[in-house]
Amino acid sequence: MKKQRLLIRTVILLLLGAAVAYTLYANFTKDEVQKVEVGKKAPDFVLTDLNGEKHQLSDYEGEGVLLNFWATWCKPCEKEMPFLNNQYQAYKDQGVHVIAVNVGESNVAVSDFSKRYDLQFPIVTDKDSQVMTAYGVDPLPITFLIDKQGNVVEIHKGQIVAEADVTEMMEKIKP
Amino acid sequence: MNQVKCDCGHVNPHGTILCEACGKIIEDGTQITAEPVIDMRYEGSARRSQTYNKSIIDKVWNFFSSVKVGVWLIIVTLIASSLGTILPQEMYIPTIMPVAEYYEDQYGWFGRLYYDLGFHNLYSSWWYLLLIAAIGVSLVICSLDRVVPLYRALKKQRVIRHESFLQRQRIYGSTNDPVNDQSFELVKEQLKKKRYNIREDNGNILAEKGRFSRWGPYVNHVGLIIFLIGSMLRFVPGMYIDEILWVREGETKVIPETDGQYYLRNVDFKLEVYDKETDNEAFGDALDSAGMVAKNYQSDVILYKTKGNTVAGEEPELEEVDSTSIRVNEPLKFEKFALYQVNYKLDELSKMSFLLTNKSTGKTFGDITVNLNDPEKLYELDNGYSVQLMSYFPDFEFGEDGNPTTKSRVPNNPAFVFKMFSPEKPEGEVSFVAIQQTIEPLGNNEYKMAFNGIETKDVTGLTVRKDLTLWIIGLGGLIFMIGVVQGAYWNHRRIWIQRKGDEVWVAAHTNKNWFGLKKEIQLVLEGTEIKEPLDQLKENQVDEGEKD
Repeated sequence: MKKQRLLIRTVILLLLGAAVAYTLYANFTKDEVQKVEVGKKAPDFVLTDLNGEKHQLSDYEGEGVLLNFWATWCKPCEKEMPFLNNQYQAYKDQGVHVIAVNVGESNVAVSDFSKRYDLQFPIVTDKDSQVMTAYGVDPLPITFLIDKQGNVVEIHKGQIVAEADVTEMMEKIKP
Repeated sequence: MNQVKCDCGHVNPHGTILCEACGKIIEDGTQITAEPVIDMRYEGSARRSQTYNKSIIDKVWNFFSSVKVGVWLIIVTLIASSLGTILPQEMYIPTIMPVAEYYEDQYGWFGRLYYDLGFHNLYSSWWYLLLIAAIGVSLVICSLDRVVPLYRALKKQRVIRHESFLQRQRIYGSTNDPVNDQSFELVKEQLKKKRYNIREDNGNILAEKGRFSRWGPYVNHVGLIIFLIGSMLRFVPGMYIDEILWVREGETKVIPETDGQYYLRNVDFKLEVYDKETDNEAFGDALDSAGMVAKNYQSDVILYKTKGNTVAGEEPELEEVDSTSIRVNEPLKFEKFALYQVNYKLDELSKMSFLLTNKSTGKTFGDITVNLNDPEKLYELDNGYSVQLMSYFPDFEFGEDGNPTTKSRVPNNPAFVFKMFSPEKPEGEVSFVAIQQTIEPLGNNEYKMAFNGIETKDVTGLTVRKDLTLWIIGLGGLIFMIGVVQGAYWNHRRIWIQRKGDEVWVAAHTNKNWFGLKKEIQLVLEGTEIKEPLDQLKENQVDEGEKD
């Protein structure tokens, strides 16, 4: 009798506690729920760069890809661009690529920006925000590290503050 | 824990105040009530919370089982909820500066304090959610702790009750003169007419009706808990979606959260206002005082579904599903989604045209039209003239370093750097053109880009909504209301008529509406030899409902 009571009470309290804990957990992670998760396959996409060349993510399988989302008006994006540019040149022969996805600005604005910083890596524009939607991008900038199997290794939100950080990223996805 | 055996032979759980079977007061040395009328709350059953207090589990259980604690939790939650309405919540403030600065800037030290205390995001703060959760836990435990013993006591009650139970009911009376069997038969008949369930034991009567109204509060609580579960499910990914979708006229956009399956084309956005001339003249005076009054916000849209699997970014093959209009409260529904008209932006710049003009002669050499969302790099004109667009800033401002930059990709304030080529100046002249502003960086130019008109487009703002929890919340609400009705419109009434030697005793109890019960007893006993019982709390005639 006494044991049964304790058991019933414990079970009910545990159930209620679990429901409360789950609600709290879900509430605090709701802003961080990403379309793309670390360890999972990165969604495939095809976008055209400024030279009219198509880039499909799945074509890069076997090599690492640093996928950066940016816009010309986004100051932090602008600041990290030179780091990406330098490290791209250092690692491009080691099988690591950089693809910079612009959020769908005009070609004029994008190529102007690209020229100003002498950007070497391919810049593709996401004209109708399909890729941004697929990757759940908000806010800018955001950088996805994709390994040679096409899986997401790391998601870096916000500005990359030092060039050494980019080097570290490149090392992570080097095939 | 010891169980208590009553004189009548029934074994009651520890903590029982009134024997479940016969109603005799079970004395444990301290609980002898001196009141003339016994407390009938929960039938004097043993609320377990008040008796066991051994382990930590019991202590937690007992804390939440207290109605006092439950009421305090509700009061604290009410106060907290009202605090969140003093200043706007974070989600409603403009994103022009960091949140903390905004509060301080707008509301001074109070705003700063408000932010520091975390009230800017009160309704999803951990402590607020814990308060709500505690109310939910309290509801479950309070209900369980009361409904089980109450159910037991009402189920186990016997027809024949102990003398002390009957004498100490609020409504009690005895008839000392002999009562014939005819009177009993008549009473039974009249009780049946009043829809009482009658149980008999050795010539004694227990008439009862409306017992189910006692479950009203618990049904109500079940509804509330279902409601809370429904709101909790909103946090489960995929159950609840609330997103904004902006589409310009003529633009086709992917609808978020549909996995790239659905696209929406905005054909036309309309904002219609009431017109004095054409609308009902009764509106005339109101329109004079109010000015412009919106009559209709409408987006004419086409819904597409993609055919086959396309990779994101690839031009999808679209199949028209629906061509319709979205108005306020008339959403476009497809699958589990609904698109609601919630916002708009009129006259967003979409194209700008310029005339290449010789500054001194005023002669023009053709015009160019720049699509502000996708401008060309080079505009060829006749007779060896051309214009190159070197830079474009859709939402122009001067940056910190003094160079032109753009705030967004929306053409709110477009600015251009043109290079004008002419036979006289084959190497080109550079001109910076913004609205109402022209800068010639390399001194005086011979030519200029003269502004020659704009084209605008409307933009519609839609909400993409999917809510799989709504029916659960609705169900909870319905059950809640059923519980309220059940408890409010029916009363649980019991009348005991018992022979005690030569006397006939009548006692009655109800959970509310004593006046109605007394009236009913009057009618039931009419024409019989049984005397009408008295209200032992006559000086206190105020109707008191039983608290749940």
